Amino acid sequence: MAAKMIRYFRLPRTLNRSLPVSILLFALLALFGAFMALPLIYAVNNAFKPLDELFIFPPRFFVNNPTMDNFLDLMVLMGNSWVPLSRYFANTLLITIIGTAGHILLASAAAYPLAKYRFPGSRALFSIVVLALMFSPHVTAIPNYMVMSWLGWINTHASIIVPSLAFPLGLFLMKQFMEQIPDALLEAAKIDGASEYRIYWSIVMPNVKPAWLTLMILQFPALWGSDGGSFIYSEHLKTLHFALGQITEGGIARAGVGAAVSLLLMIVPITLFIISQSSVMQTMATSGMKD
Amino acid sequence: MQGEPVIQTVKSPKANVQKNSRWVSFIKELKRSKHYYLLMSPYMIIFFLFTVIPVVFSFALSFFYFNMLEFPRFVGWQNYSRLFLNDDIFMIALKNTLMFAVITGPVSYIACFVFAWIINELSPKVRAFMTLVFYAPSISGNVYFIWLIIFSGDSYGYLNGFLMKAGFILEPIQWLLNENYILWIVIIVQLWLSLGTSFLAFIAGLQTIDKSLIEAGAMDGIKNRWQELWYITLPSMRPQLMFGAVMQITTAFAVADISIALAGFPSVNYAAHTIVTHLMDFGTIRFELGYASAIATFLFLLMVGTNKLTQKMLRRIGE
Repeated sequence: MAAKMIRYFRLPRTLNRSLPVSILLFALLALFGAFMALPLIYAVNNAFKPLDELFIFPPRFFVNNPTMDNFLDLMVLMGNSWVPLSRYFANTLLITIIGTAGHILLASAAAYPLAKYRFPGSRALFSIVVLALMFSPHVTAIPNYMVMSWLGWINTHASIIVPSLAFPLGLFLMKQFMEQIPDALLEAAKIDGASEYRIYWSIVMPNVKPAWLTLMILQFPALWGSDGGSFIYSEHLKTLHFALGQITEGGIARAGVGAAVSLLLMIVPITLFIISQSSVMQTMATSGMKD
Repeated sequence: MQGEPVIQTVKSPKANVQKNSRWVSFIKELKRSKHYYLLMSPYMIIFFLFTVIPVVFSFALSFFYFNMLEFPRFVGWQNYSRLFLNDDIFMIALKNTLMFAVITGPVSYIACFVFAWIINELSPKVRAFMTLVFYAPSISGNVYFIWLIIFSGDSYGYLNGFLMKAGFILEPIQWLLNENYILWIVIIVQLWLSLGTSFLAFIAGLQTIDKSLIEAGAMDGIKNRWQELWYITLPSMRPQLMFGAVMQITTAFAVADISIALAGFPSVNYAAHTIVTHLMDFGTIRFELGYASAIATFLFLLMVGTNKLTQKMLRRIGE
């Protein structure tokens, strides 16, 4: 058993660890891993607990008599809702997909010149983006609302999507990774007659795939969990998170449904996470574009 | 006596020419970089509209008295002087925030890197799984639940139950209501939650390291993993390390949600009050927006200063 586990520590390197160190590391990872996985395990267990177990005192971590009741109740509740659930789902999907894809596209397009070239204003613009990360969002809410209402975007999906396209985090992350692309690669492309746009799209972007996959798993859950904030108030424009949140607002009687809801809301980001993490590794195995 | 104007007339055209040529070359440079501006423009327009304008506006608001009902009234530095001279609770918040930042910032930064470094060497499938496990607290919504059960103040709370069974204590301790413990509990939970953005950036960064560098290093006489880490891995990851540092600073100084979820708002005797909870108090409860903006501006300067210091330290890596 132990030998099998240790095989997972295969090092594709020139320097190898000794066996005791590997065992120690494995123990360390397992210990901390168990600690970090607690919320996931708890959420899964809670979703399958019957109501009496949810309110048992003292509280239990694991489920004793797993049941699907919570999910069935949720389906009944959603079937009775005034706006069909699919509508909320479509709204969230629209916001999340445009917001994530658009952010990756715009942020990396802006990051490429900032990472690789010096031109008037380049350094100032980059520092403004980094500094913007440090200003507390709690006080910018009101000026933000004023900008939105000036644009006439209150109660539209644009009020959520468009600002998310230019969050400072994405540009900063992409710029840091693009710095590592060797200049020789870009110059070679230029000599071959590629335009800046072509270089950005077919050379820079494939080379920083781990970066934008990471950006995707950072941006996606943020938008997926968006409840529309203070900008959206029409029921048919609201998001899935908001609709499901309302169910749990029903109080104690809805605790079981609430547990099912929080599990369902987690599934999509986690699935995306697993897919993207495994494709990070595939790219790195195949691309050898470094000098 | 008449020498001076003569010299001036000789000098000025020359200066003009110089100025002109500098202007011309500047324009040339702008034209040469037009593709870059074009690439940046969509992002920058949105960024200025929805981030820079609100931030500048809030900064300006810190010199006003504004309660959302009356028109803002200019008060100069009054908000700032009140912050430092007349607000005892702010001083508690400042002390707590510095304590959080000094402990959680460096510890979680190093933990992010160490875990990323270890996980990166696992076989691909295990790596994806471990990354998910370590990132789990950041994606699961109801995370504070668990800690509320563990630190529950009655004898059924996991920690109390364990300590009583083991005989360390005789009566349950009100962990979340005790001034002596609450700050440390919030620090622990913050650390547990902190394997987020920078952790993922480090994982991705480790995967972009040029493998041939490591082979070359072995040829050049790198003897052990520590040397490899210091002379090859860390220097090749400098951009990611800088990114991680900024992210850690912004989260370490902005602790608020955890404090509110565990210790309540406000916490007992402000024992877990932070700058951001103080800001929320004035911004969203008392509606003294000018004062809240002054707090935000101060926090901003604190982060910028820390960031300058950190970046200076990071430049020394691999020397």
